[in-house]
Amino acid sequence: MSAVKMKTQNDWIEIGTLDDIPRQGARVVKRVDGDIAVFRTLDDTLFALRDRCPHKGGQLSQGIVYGNKVACPLHDWKISLDTGMAVAPDEGCAARFPVRVESGKVFLSLTPDDGCPNS
Amino acid sequence: MNEKLVVIGNGMAGIRAVEELLKLAPEKYDITVFGAEPHPNYNRILLSPVLTGEKQFSEIVSNDDAWYVEHGITLHKGKTVTEINRKQRYVKAADGTTAAYDRLLIATGSNPFMLPVPGKDLPGVIGFRDFADIETMLQAAKEYRHAVVIGGGLLGLEAANGLMKQGMKVTVVHLPEVLMERQLDTPAAKMLKKSLEDRGLEFVLQGVTEEIIGKKRVQGVRLKDGRELTADLVVMAVGIRPNIELAKKSGIYCERGIVVNDTMQSYDPSIYAVGECVQHRGQTYGLVAPLFEQAKVCANHLAHFGIARYEGSITSTKLKVTGIDLFSAGNFSGGPDTEEIVLQDAGAGMYKKVVLKDNRIQGAVMYGDTMDGAWYFQLMRDGTDVSGLRDKLLFGQAHLGDAGHGDIKSRVVAMADSTEICGCNGVCKGTIVKTIVDKKLFTLEEVRAHTKASSSCGSCTGLVENLLAATLGGDYSTTPKKKPLCPCTEHTHDEVRLAIRNQSLKTMLSVFKTLEWTTPDGCNKCRPALNFYLLVAWPGEYVDDNQSRFINERVHANIQKDGTYSVIPRIWGGETTPGELRALAEIAEKYEVPTVHITGGQRIDFLGIKKETLPLIWGDLTKAGFVSGHAYGKAMRTVKTCVGKNWCRFGTQDSTTMGIGLEKMTWGTWTPHKFKLAVSGCPRNCAEATIKDFGVVCVDSGYELHVGGNGGVKVRATDFLCAVKTPEEVLEYCAAFLQVYREEAHYLERTAPWVERIGLAYIKKRVVEDAESRKQAAERYRTSQRYSQIDPWAERAKGLDKHEFIPLKLVG
Repeated sequence: MSAVKMKTQNDWIEIGTLDDIPRQGARVVKRVDGDIAVFRTLDDTLFALRDRCPHKGGQLSQGIVYGNKVACPLHDWKISLDTGMAVAPDEGCAARFPVRVESGKVFLSLTPDDGCPNS
Repeated sequence: MNEKLVVIGNGMAGIRAVEELLKLAPEKYDITVFGAEPHPNYNRILLSPVLTGEKQFSEIVSNDDAWYVEHGITLHKGKTVTEINRKQRYVKAADGTTAAYDRLLIATGSNPFMLPVPGKDLPGVIGFRDFADIETMLQAAKEYRHAVVIGGGLLGLEAANGLMKQGMKVTVVHLPEVLMERQLDTPAAKMLKKSLEDRGLEFVLQGVTEEIIGKKRVQGVRLKDGRELTADLVVMAVGIRPNIELAKKSGIYCERGIVVNDTMQSYDPSIYAVGECVQHRGQTYGLVAPLFEQAKVCANHLAHFGIARYEGSITSTKLKVTGIDLFSAGNFSGGPDTEEIVLQDAGAGMYKKVVLKDNRIQGAVMYGDTMDGAWYFQLMRDGTDVSGLRDKLLFGQAHLGDAGHGDIKSRVVAMADSTEICGCNGVCKGTIVKTIVDKKLFTLEEVRAHTKASSSCGSCTGLVENLLAATLGGDYSTTPKKKPLCPCTEHTHDEVRLAIRNQSLKTMLSVFKTLEWTTPDGCNKCRPALNFYLLVAWPGEYVDDNQSRFINERVHANIQKDGTYSVIPRIWGGETTPGELRALAEIAEKYEVPTVHITGGQRIDFLGIKKETLPLIWGDLTKAGFVSGHAYGKAMRTVKTCVGKNWCRFGTQDSTTMGIGLEKMTWGTWTPHKFKLAVSGCPRNCAEATIKDFGVVCVDSGYELHVGGNGGVKVRATDFLCAVKTPEEVLEYCAAFLQVYREEAHYLERTAPWVERIGLAYIKKRVVEDAESRKQAAERYRTSQRYSQIDPWAERAKGLDKHEFIPLKLVG
């Protein structure tokens, strides 16, 4: 990974509206480079993670969302949505992607945040 | 301004109540604590190891001075409260310190009972209660040689053991014929005595203390039979008396202790009391577990939450003498209507006794091998019917035959480190033991979290618990607590269900709010459970919460390891036609289904279906007349049948038609866990009805009904429920059984463990003996079915929950 990563305006794409994503749920953005799960919590905060559990590759988008966590549907690993880290004592991470809402529209950056190699 | 809470007593019960209160309402009160001892709060039950030198005093301090400061609590150490002014609501200590209160909590504990014999006030005669007593004992051990402990109960023996460890020659004088008569029966007490004698203690049983002799200091103890025992130190441990002097003086109603109601309130509504000074429902307690339960309830009311009640405790005891394993709980002496099961091996130093009444454990005493103490205590608290395990009960939980580990005879200790304990996650004994030691784990949940052992199917749970016990030895807590539904709450499954019904809670948010969930929206354990409980309690009224369902139930298909899904349509009673098979074949080819598999439940499974394809394939299946098989849900799965008397030369009834009838009645039902049925046409039982949740075996005279079978993790043959004559009766009994299971079992509890937990007798009463109860349960079942027999596939083929099946966006 290069030391300085340039984030250009082009990284951001519009993916839909807030209402498209169920509260306490997630939707998937399909990508050749690997799917991204976009989560919406009870309080309408959005998070985006690589849709791949660090354990055995389960689709995090299909898990139950509670608090700021998601439980992987395959073997029940818990992943923190805000950090992308597996909840201790499990270890591992799913890369985070910047996501934001502007007047009801949801924008996602396709460049992952630093800190997790699993993007 | 905050209300003022004053706590009299800086001991375990009082401070635990304060801790619980701080959790619930940290800002509610300005708190002032008075403690007679000059120390911060310490763990009194660990005074014994301090005496033996196994622990330092600093190690048993629970809350140091900084803790009080941090929580803004005013602490008056070494100040004894001598007056409560209930009219003007303030308390006053011996040194004149006063504190005003809105609410007062009395937690003055107990005093050692000092025998009223001449010489009891001589220097060197003490009780065994606080750290000052320990200091006296340690000092005496340095300067003197002979000690006499009066009282051979729990406390007396711990004191005697400690003094002996400090180098003193100790004689225990005990009035009854056996040691620890309140916790042990005669055989166990005799074994204990022998083992303590081997360590060097001396005993005088049936010893009546007449006088304590000495001039400036104690010199000896004279017994009634004339014997004189040399003593430089006398410890009286003949019992405790609730310390109620202050309460009595202040006019608070007391009997043996301060009388409190179920909310820990005294007769003065602004005054509460907890701990050893309390008398609740005629009972006083001297063990720590009940005090903590009381503290919790008291805090709940001090916080004005007003929902908890203390209903008394069943207690268990362990003697804290290193190297001696002893456990007792409940009523171990038995009575006229109880039975005893006893296992005794004096040579091996082992003794176990379990007392039963109506096949439920009333009490237990164990000596030498206490590994299963926690298990018996749990069975006792749960009131589990043990009729099925009586012949193996005393051999312990490990002998019940955990699946895959069949006939473990040797204990976990004897296993090699490389022995696989958890077959699901491939975890060996060595890994578990190492993790317990390295990460300092104490509970099953911690071991599950760190090693994954016992976290999947759960069949190795007993082994893992035994490993914990073996690895931690005396540190492993054997006190089972009531088990909360999940970490978001303190309430059990049963308490939650009761509240949902009695308090008319009809949404998940109202459950969270009323029952004080600690999380805003629960977790992936409680939400599916609550969704189910609400659905059962309010059929037709509660709106199913999709986001609280596991993915399989949310999208009505079974997720596979690669993220594709399996699709299993219902094949009624396992009987199909060439037309149906042709339709299935065409659909499978059309969607290029990678694998087609015949299931164990007589159905056809399409594997490898992409999520986006699900609504399309369901559309075609619907057109061909198929409905969802619910193979993905905690739901009624399938009814397996044989061909019955239409073809089979042994068949006694039309088992296939009976099976189809059952499946038509039960499809679409959500259940606590998966629910399987089978109908066999004769006792040869080709449909394997005796390992199903509800099995029917046809006989010439009608139908035999069986319940609680399981062919999975832990094989269990069904219990015979009853025999009936007509197919209509089979349907009614099945509906009633299903409904009682749905209404009363815990979420994720199969019928097999449920039947074992509540007992077959109870189910017979509800479903067989009480015809009215059966009819009503069956009626409630049919009512709820009206709302659940809607094919989820047809709805989704038409576009329901479309967002579940398509990506939000495609990129690149």
